[in-house]
Amino acid sequence: MKTYEQINERIESGKAVVLTADEIIDYVDKKGPAAAAEEVDVVTTATFGPMCSSGCFLNFGHSQPKIRMTEAWIEDVLVYTGIAAVDAYLGATQLRHGDPANMYPPGEFRYGGGHVIEDLVAGKELQLFALSYGTDDYPRREIRTYFTIDDLNQAIMVNPRNCYQNYNVAINDSDRTIYTYMGALEPHRENATYCSAGQLSPLLNDPLYETIGVGTRVWLAGAHGHVYAEGTQHAGVCERTPDGVPMEGAGTLALTGDMKQMRPEFVRGVSLRGYGISLALGVGIPIPVLNEQVLKRTCVRDRDIFAPVVDYSQEYPRKTGKILGRVSYEQLRSGEIQIDGKAVKVGSLSSYYKALEIAHLLADEVRKGDFTLARPYAPLPPDRPMKPLVIREKAS
Amino acid sequence: MSEAVTKKLMLFFPKCECEKPIIYHLVKDHNLIVNVYRAKVTPEEEGYLVLDVTGTEDDIEKGLDFVRTFDVTINTTGKGVARDEERCTHCGQCVSHCPTGALRVGNSATREVVYNEADCIECLACIRVCPFGACASTF
Repeated sequence: MKTYEQINERIESGKAVVLTADEIIDYVDKKGPAAAAEEVDVVTTATFGPMCSSGCFLNFGHSQPKIRMTEAWIEDVLVYTGIAAVDAYLGATQLRHGDPANMYPPGEFRYGGGHVIEDLVAGKELQLFALSYGTDDYPRREIRTYFTIDDLNQAIMVNPRNCYQNYNVAINDSDRTIYTYMGALEPHRENATYCSAGQLSPLLNDPLYETIGVGTRVWLAGAHGHVYAEGTQHAGVCERTPDGVPMEGAGTLALTGDMKQMRPEFVRGVSLRGYGISLALGVGIPIPVLNEQVLKRTCVRDRDIFAPVVDYSQEYPRKTGKILGRVSYEQLRSGEIQIDGKAVKVGSLSSYYKALEIAHLLADEVRKGDFTLARPYAPLPPDRPMKPLVIREKAS
Repeated sequence: MSEAVTKKLMLFFPKCECEKPIIYHLVKDHNLIVNVYRAKVTPEEEGYLVLDVTGTEDDIEKGLDFVRTFDVTINTTGKGVARDEERCTHCGQCVSHCPTGALRVGNSATREVVYNEADCIECLACIRVCPFGACASTF
């Protein structure tokens, strides 16, 4: 048994033993869980993939004379300004003004909110255009100027839903190509897409939310951020394996961090043909080895994690809940799965390569004493199911 | 008789050479088997052609000497489709769409996606499906 304080003392003195969620599996096999739980202080987990529910609050500062900004665009991408003067929220999936979307399907969606966020973090100079109705205290009614992230007072990423605990495997049962947020899916179950770092993914290494909670410090694209709330659609109530590992989406995290501290290679705009824009983000979360139970859960392997295979041509859009079966991440990573006796080629949207890089970067920071752990001040709710949106008549 | 080999070539035809039947002569006069992957003539009447030529080393060299008598640029590094290493995140979205395995997971431990240009048939599927715009056509 260790406490957060003891682990942080070891981190600060540069003595912490840190392994990635990938390395810990073999280590525990060799040493046994009891000895390993004594020795190891921290296991680092990570993921890199599209996380659509992401965005950032920006503060531009005031011009002379002042403008309130009731409508604003960065590189022609609309930002939300229904908040205080010169504050804006830029959302990852916002399309650029004039983008034909799916007018001539499949749309290309070359540039949008996710790309603006990538360009901001990369330090590029961007155009701001804003309009206002003019008031006595904010008389300016229009502004066009150029800025970089260094010119902003604040650029704080605030992501309502990141790090899905597990995810669907998407497949296409119809006879035409379909374009989804899981990429292009060829007809007749020609290919399938999954999106999870599997055995490296944060919430799959803490399936019952024993260490990751509200207040947990996270590595968000290189910045030291934190979990500010349960993520939207967080639903701890779901089908689980006997070890508690969810067999569907389940938990999510709401994350925040200072974009000025982020590294551009982990903040990347995403164009999904026929679907839209997103933002791929790298997230690393350290798990404190408080006891043997916590350690054992970090030893989860791809072969023990199962994802539901869902038809995105009919079942997903109609919300029938029907699944075609379950496959393990070990099967998915082999590049081919069997569905009803047919071999299906598998691709991924989540980068295990980048996740592994992040797990190592975070482990190095913890070892050097640069990244200490924060004890959550509230747990993620374990007992909440996912509610549907009911279409109904007005009740009164 | 020496053994047949296959070479991938990318040819660029400036406007002045676009109407000459160079490929015909490669087949007829130089005994080469050609397999054209992709050809394009731009509105400026410049032409691009990516093809395999199969024949003896000697015949291929003579064929190339013949092509060199025109103002045609020969690129033997075969870069009709290029991957930008900086933009690639190794997600693996392209892997299930690539029909020849030119793009594949090269290392099962790190899941690094590798690109072997020699296996690329220039179907351009990767360009359509890459979420990060990492793959692009050179013409």
